[in-house]
Amino acid sequence: MSQISKDEVKHVANLARLSLSEEEVDVFTEQLDAIIGFAEQLNELDTENIEPTTHVLELRNVLREDQARESVPREEALKNAPDERDGQFKVPKTF
Amino acid sequence: MSNFETIIGLEVHVELKTNSKIFCGCSTDFGAPPNSQTCPICLGHPGVLPVLNKQAVEFSMRAAMALNCEINREQYFDRKNYFYPDNPKAYQISQLDKPIGEHGWVEIEVNGEKKKIGITRLHLEEDAGKLTHAADGSSLVDLNRQGTPLMEIVSEPDIRTAEEAYAYLEKLKAIIQYTVVSDCKMEEGSLRCDANISIRPVGQKEFGTKTELKNLNSFAFVQKGIEYEEKRQEEEILNGGEILQETRRFDEKSNKTILMRVKEGSDDYRYFPDPDLVQLSVSEEWIERVRAEIPELPDARKQRYVSEFGLPAYDAGVLTASIKMADFFEKGVQEKADPKMLSNWLMGEVSAYLNNASREIDETPLTPGNLAKMIKLIEDGTISSKIAKKVFKEMIENGGDPGTIVKEKGLVQISDEGAIREFVVAVLDRNPQSIEDFKNGKDKAIGFLVGQVMKETKGKANPPLVNKLIAEELKNR
Repeated sequence: MSQISKDEVKHVANLARLSLSEEEVDVFTEQLDAIIGFAEQLNELDTENIEPTTHVLELRNVLREDQARESVPREEALKNAPDERDGQFKVPKTF
Repeated sequence: MSNFETIIGLEVHVELKTNSKIFCGCSTDFGAPPNSQTCPICLGHPGVLPVLNKQAVEFSMRAAMALNCEINREQYFDRKNYFYPDNPKAYQISQLDKPIGEHGWVEIEVNGEKKKIGITRLHLEEDAGKLTHAADGSSLVDLNRQGTPLMEIVSEPDIRTAEEAYAYLEKLKAIIQYTVVSDCKMEEGSLRCDANISIRPVGQKEFGTKTELKNLNSFAFVQKGIEYEEKRQEEEILNGGEILQETRRFDEKSNKTILMRVKEGSDDYRYFPDPDLVQLSVSEEWIERVRAEIPELPDARKQRYVSEFGLPAYDAGVLTASIKMADFFEKGVQEKADPKMLSNWLMGEVSAYLNNASREIDETPLTPGNLAKMIKLIEDGTISSKIAKKVFKEMIENGGDPGTIVKEKGLVQISDEGAIREFVVAVLDRNPQSIEDFKNGKDKAIGFLVGQVMKETKGKANPPLVNKLIAEELKNR
């Protein structure tokens, strides 16, 4: 039985802002299905009395003191921007 | 009147007043040039490691406890995934399952009725950057605000009227300001509010479909927006229409709510625990240490003003609604001002001036000591209440000692009987008609004569003395 439907693949692609052709949807549905099927093996483990894991490290409370330090120069911050104006990142219209 | 009841829930975002951002050391100062307070962490560059700001955790714990929340002992941060240019990582670090605090409440009072409004949760997250939409259709992004620590406070759907929503926001703001974790300045965006509104027939248990109201830039607009929205929904339903799950914004010019977008399905943020941040364990000892930092809160202060200073509950409520006003009041009382007179001045002239000038009390040169001195000048008869208004205007605009202002401007009250009697006699001589009117039983004539004497003396005559002398002189006519 299939683990993931074509509609779910389209939904996930939409969330990731990916535009997929119908053929691609078919390809990825098959591939994602295999991946999920592989991960499904984890469900064979009995986790009845195990606390959900939110982090793989046992570390707790890694905190920093509230001290402001120098930021990077603005030119540096904007260096990787494809476009800029007036010291700001310029992006296409959002809505 | 209406067969519907309104259900309102409010989501309030409050920026914390830390020195540095929540996950990096960039400054959080407001008003810096765009993108001058960024670094690879808040810019969302790959491979960087966020580290949680301890002060942000303690500030939000303090606020949560002041709002009667239970603090979660084991917490962690989640990634909330969405694409929008105000957020360079394409996810916001937030708390979903284990927020800082849950199950809190605040008490509000509307028309003399007290009511508890539940607080579902208070969680800690990072603020996003600021977008400006340019005329050519592009958008400009300033990431200074990105990473500023933010508390989101979600109320239970316990609010039933626009007035209750207003009272809840005022109370929430007062409590947070008292805990000194945020300035709560709506005009600078350090406090922001969204409202969820639905209506249902009275008696129905299920909630109706809600709309979300955004762009509420003042508490007054929250109230107006809700009032408009409940009417709109009722008319829609009564006309056989259907309420859609919409996001609407409040338009300040027309006082209407305007459709922004219809929500299709529920949001899909695909939250998951952020692997860059380890778990946060909050010990009992830590909670108690933070609890001890909570100062006296508005309700407690209000009661104390009634019991300690004998203020009416109304006065105490007004003064304690703002911590700056309350602190000013207490300092004035320490300077030996009569509490009730001080309260009258703060609620009257001072508030009127501040509202008019859109200023806070600490943004004027007026000091509690000088206001207290001025009140003493009124009490000992050096100046009249009327003259005091002139002195006050000088003090709040330019500062200065009231005694000096009175001397320099020659405003000392005339309390010398002989001097005032001369003015009274002169005024009576010039106004035989008023004397006639008085003898014919028109008591109003006295008011006119008093006014004339005050005018002659440029407001400096002692008013009770003027009254007394006019009455005496009239008998002789």
